[in-house]
Amino acid sequence: MLNIIKAGFFTTLQDQGRFLFRNMGVPVSGVMDTMAVSKINALLENDDNDAVLEITMTGPVLSFEEPTFIALGGAEMAVFLNDLPIRNYRVYQIKKGDVLSYGKLENGIRNYLGVKGGFTTEPILGSRSFYKPVTQHNSVKDHTSLPYGICKDFKPKITELKVDASIIEAKVLKVYKGPEFQQLHPNQLEQLFYTEFSVAKENNRMAYQVNETIEGYQVSMLTSATLPGTVQLTPAGKLIILMKDGQTTGGYPRILQLSDEAIAVLSQKKSGDHFTFKLI
Amino acid sequence: MSSHKISIRPFGIHAILVEWPVKIEEAILNEILEFVQYLKKYHLKETAWEFIPAYNSLTLICRDAEIDFGVLKPKLEEWYLAKKEPVLLEQYLWRLPVCYDAEYGVDLQEVSDHLGISFQEIIKLHSSAIYTVYGIGFLPGFTYLGGLPEALEIPRKPVPRAKVFKGSVGIAGKQTGIYPQDSPGGWNIIGICSVSMFDAKSKTPCFLKVGDKVQFYPISKAEYQLHKIESEVGIYKMEKLKWDA
Repeated sequence: MLNIIKAGFFTTLQDQGRFLFRNMGVPVSGVMDTMAVSKINALLENDDNDAVLEITMTGPVLSFEEPTFIALGGAEMAVFLNDLPIRNYRVYQIKKGDVLSYGKLENGIRNYLGVKGGFTTEPILGSRSFYKPVTQHNSVKDHTSLPYGICKDFKPKITELKVDASIIEAKVLKVYKGPEFQQLHPNQLEQLFYTEFSVAKENNRMAYQVNETIEGYQVSMLTSATLPGTVQLTPAGKLIILMKDGQTTGGYPRILQLSDEAIAVLSQKKSGDHFTFKLI
Repeated sequence: MSSHKISIRPFGIHAILVEWPVKIEEAILNEILEFVQYLKKYHLKETAWEFIPAYNSLTLICRDAEIDFGVLKPKLEEWYLAKKEPVLLEQYLWRLPVCYDAEYGVDLQEVSDHLGISFQEIIKLHSSAIYTVYGIGFLPGFTYLGGLPEALEIPRKPVPRAKVFKGSVGIAGKQTGIYPQDSPGGWNIIGICSVSMFDAKSKTPCFLKVGDKVQFYPISKAEYQLHKIESEVGIYKMEKLKWDA
């Protein structure tokens, strides 16, 4: 068991997501920064879908009841294993009773903690990803615990990956044209591709909003499917970028669609961070 | 079948969007649902593809692979126009109990004032219509029900409520729907339904499917409390009838 001594600001368990239930309105969920998690699971020689902790902004304090191996990735945070600093994208051996504590956030906003074999909670509707009301809670709580398998012997093929900060610092989101892109007029197109947008304080696993507006949209459309990474334009000219817990349908024009990579890049942005859109 | 003109557009690399004429029509919805059945049976595996029908559109999502739009678009067009055996859609009419008491129907007074009709008329109109599920989304188990009587058409609230209670029955524009859990919401709330619309522990977490029919019937506060308990402990018996489109 991993004991959650302090949960931190918003810590959840996530795998690659909950598929095949979108026709019932169930969002996909799953890790926001898929690029970081792929590297962690690869280092631990896990399955890509193995569940990891997604740690947002202010990290937790955790203690391990069984031996295992861990790797961190994503946002750069000051993390200590029994008071010794450890770094991202490196495999560390864990002994019974070891304590992992998170300190200052340095770069990005979401850090990930993977364990050898992944966390082994009971999947619900095919996934371990937290999403209330599918799961009981929307984040892990103080003084609870999460199960994982014991691992004493593991000789990783690679013990450390060199990952530079350029992904976290990337400012360009690569996007496809959305289904309603053709209905944008020249003014809106210019604003969309020549504005440096900044992330609004309304940003979470459901959606990211931006502070700047572009010219609004008066055409009404019938409700239709939306995806993680869909950029919606409201009549008032606000942009709403749906993320992993985003709703599965919407009634606003879907003007752009983020690439998988762009979703990962955006998921490391916090309030006030800047970015631009670039068509693929 | 296959009588309407469709348009097919890319939607990122994991999805493709098929659209029918922009109309709220049962004939169009059923054509979409028939096409879904045909695709599932012959061409697109249900384990790899997700099918999201809503009003006049069908979104096909492939989780793992990248869609080659140039290849799939002509195939979809061909499949759409292919001569098919008749499809029998399995659809049901669900009768759902609603308590239209002002304690739960927190916007009844406002709706009554705005539309110039009495509470009794609102209840009679709302519970006499047979609605069609045109889409499921917004929240797990939230159904967009079309077929609202014209006399009940009212705009969404100018400022959404921060918290609408689970089970609340709302009306907005040409639609009605039931909030499957506590959530923010902008629809005008006229009552509460005791049946749980979404249960992650069930084999079919959402019993309503796109294309199903819904009719509401009024119940008292006491009946609402009873049905709610029955529903929570899992002994409430749903009323459903086979529906022939």
